[in-house]
Amino acid sequence: MNRNLLKKVLIKTLPVMTGYVVLGMGFGILLENSGYGIGWALAMSVFIYAGSMQYLGVSLIASGASLISAALATLMVNARHLFYGISMIEKYQHAGLKRPYLIFALTDETYSLVCNDDGPEGADPHLYYFLISLFDQIYWITGSLIGAWLGAALTFDSTGIDFAMTALFVTVFVEQWLTTKNHLPAIAGVVITVLCLAVFGSDLFLIPSMILILLCLSLGRNVLEKGDGGHE
Amino acid sequence: MNNTHTILLIAVMALVTALLRFLPFLVLGGKRKTPEYITYLGRVLPCAIIGMLVVYCLRGITPLAWPHGLPELLAVAAVALLHLWRRNTLLSIAGGTVCYMILVQVVFR
Repeated sequence: MNRNLLKKVLIKTLPVMTGYVVLGMGFGILLENSGYGIGWALAMSVFIYAGSMQYLGVSLIASGASLISAALATLMVNARHLFYGISMIEKYQHAGLKRPYLIFALTDETYSLVCNDDGPEGADPHLYYFLISLFDQIYWITGSLIGAWLGAALTFDSTGIDFAMTALFVTVFVEQWLTTKNHLPAIAGVVITVLCLAVFGSDLFLIPSMILILLCLSLGRNVLEKGDGGHE
Repeated sequence: MNNTHTILLIAVMALVTALLRFLPFLVLGGKRKTPEYITYLGRVLPCAIIGMLVVYCLRGITPLAWPHGLPELLAVAAVALLHLWRRNTLLSIAGGTVCYMILVQVVFR
């Protein structure tokens, strides 16, 4: 493993570092305030490792929810991960021993970093994906530990800093827009999700959006393949 | 609180999350040659998914009530313009986030 690759990975993951440390701290503080200390934060960030789910998990744990309702809530909130898998099957196909961890650690943010980047020339792409995934999870764990440790002692007004994650997705969106010829998939993703949000409301819109996006892209395959939705 | 129940809750959340992440690979990833349809999806899905994620992040805005999602939309525009201008991911994210923090803490209080 060379230092150049590590440096590349560090720079590539810097935006996620900022976002994960901040959001992880938010999670740690929330958990600590609900009466669960640093050990619980560590366990959740290591084994669940899913941002919005862990926030919801705090209230499930604090209210002593039933196992069935926890399973259903997880299914609803995290169903979007099915999507990431479908589009990464080929890239992760021959990752060997790294494959299970790559799949386990495929969060929204990690997905946005690996979905259109195969790493620097000459480097093993699977090692590159692996390091990005690992670094991201380390940031997340670090953030949640700091949060659980500091608890509510923090007074800096950080309102709005969680926008860093939205900003990350917007830059990836613009970057993809600039490097692809056919913009129909991107437009379909935005328009369908906005419509579903308006129709189904913010608690239920994700799954119908996913189904409709998949349907549109499948039905429009002939048109899209002629124009080639791939990279230039 | 009951520690055993908490451990079980964490285990359930971890298992269901992992199941969702592994399922596509278990169902579709076993074949030596990836079906063309999956290759096609692998090419067009990322653009659609990132579009979906941007909207997902903005799901909390209230277009019909004050502040009408203005802080979010202005900050998103700032990120996009910064990125079109310099194409420097860190600059776009830092600039957009600072812009958003000022908007929600000072301008749209």
